[in-house]
Amino acid sequence: MAGFTSLGEAIRDNLKDGDTVAFEGFTHLIPFAAVHEAIRQKRRDLHLVRMTPDLIYDQLIGMGCARKLTFSWGGNPGVGSLHRLRDAVENGWPTPLEIDEHSHAALANAYEAGAAGLPFAVLRGYRGAELKEVNPNIKEITCPFTGEKLAAVPSIRADCAVIHAQKADRKGNVLIEGILGVQKEAVLGAQRAIVTVEEIVPDFGPVSPNACILPSWTVSAVVEVPGGAHPSYAHGYYKRDNAYYKAWEDIGREREVFLKWMDENVLRKGPDVFSRHAGRAA
Amino acid sequence: MSDYTPSEIMTIAAARELQNDDVCFVGIGLPSAACNVARLSHAPDITLIYESGTIATKPNVLPLSIGDGELCETALCTVSVPEMFRYWLQGGRINKGFLSAAQLDRFANINTTVIGPYARPKVKLPGAGGAPEIATSCGEILIVMAQSKRSFVDKLDFITSLGHGTGGDDRERQGVTTKGPTKVITDLCVMEPDPETKELTVTGLHPGVAPEAVAAATGWSLKFAATLAQTPRPTEAELGVLRALHRRTEQAHQSKAAQ
Repeated sequence: MAGFTSLGEAIRDNLKDGDTVAFEGFTHLIPFAAVHEAIRQKRRDLHLVRMTPDLIYDQLIGMGCARKLTFSWGGNPGVGSLHRLRDAVENGWPTPLEIDEHSHAALANAYEAGAAGLPFAVLRGYRGAELKEVNPNIKEITCPFTGEKLAAVPSIRADCAVIHAQKADRKGNVLIEGILGVQKEAVLGAQRAIVTVEEIVPDFGPVSPNACILPSWTVSAVVEVPGGAHPSYAHGYYKRDNAYYKAWEDIGREREVFLKWMDENVLRKGPDVFSRHAGRAA
Repeated sequence: MSDYTPSEIMTIAAARELQNDDVCFVGIGLPSAACNVARLSHAPDITLIYESGTIATKPNVLPLSIGDGELCETALCTVSVPEMFRYWLQGGRINKGFLSAAQLDRFANINTTVIGPYARPKVKLPGAGGAPEIATSCGEILIVMAQSKRSFVDKLDFITSLGHGTGGDDRERQGVTTKGPTKVITDLCVMEPDPETKELTVTGLHPGVAPEAVAAATGWSLKFAATLAQTPRPTEAELGVLRALHRRTEQAHQSKAAQ
């Protein structure tokens, strides 16, 4: 059953050193505030899982929190490289990073299989693709009915999933709207789940009977962090801060500039700084 | 007739490859620009699908990321990412895929993974994204990218996504039943795979481009068709649509989020 708590407590209680953790949100509802709290609490040796590492994993990797990364597209969308990710892969800075690289289709299937409690996912994928030659987590499997050769990848069942959503009600049920990504699958496949939300409301009011709702008993902790997805966005609340993503190109490129920026904007700050980005779209 | 840049004719020539009844899986960057120029000009009812799960989206500005809010707000519907890849892409509902690449070889295989050896990368590129399965599950593939010796290479550092493999019937031998790349549109020319060997062959040149210039921007000994078409010049209307789209996009991406 979800407990309402502070972001500090939620991370302290649910994310441990060495955990496999999925901070999800497919370009939308990316849990920046929660990542910043994990960095402040100096989590180490994390196995990070995420389809699109985005700036949050660039920050975690650059701050030395990660030992391994499972991913399928590691760039700054529309801008270019994730320089901290590249520095770790190309130069082992600040620590070597093991990579487990996939395609989007494979990881999307792997999350779904994790939510379904299965050990692996099967897909018609990786045909003629070289990733299957370099990643031992991509295997071939034969359909027992038709003989068709298919790809298999391990399911994703994280120790901890962390997502951001629009709303929780007072019982701790969580409502997600807009681009849904793989958040539902990440939470249902994980041992523990932390959800930060834009707001806690008495009740959701009229929503579609098919709305994407995570019942409170699927979630470990709910934390109200208005603006907590900035500089990504929250559908119905605030837009993606594309200028921030573009600025990250220069912030992330050099180690010293990056460390200074993280010190000023993350280590010396708290979750409350996100509230200035909160708001409702007109 | 007004002047245009090589990039503009590339995008417009790419847009002309799309029809009103296409269902198209859109890659970010150049493909996204081409697809939306098509939608805003000759193919108003085209179904554009982005991997973030947005189906039949009609963005007013080009998204910076594959999942900008604009895509969801203007879509017919938005499904989860597993549903997008399983039901819609793998299920065979999408007839065209529009991709770009960091490196391309003579059989239109795509590298977006690494420059240098995988284990000791010189440059770690962003990686596969949706491309490996887009390349094999969509009915056919269009590729748009600027041409240079660095990007059109004799041998890829890594095969991220299958084009025509080693040529001939290699796709079929790998268990793939879709057509694969049918056209590559660059800032200099249009290439198509040879019907038999599947090797990319120049079939058309953009106005004013000499075959020698195309050959010089290619890392292998490029073949040319016996007769070369000339790409029609961009019309005022096409250029107007493209430039207005870029202008709106530029403004939207520079401004701090509206709150």
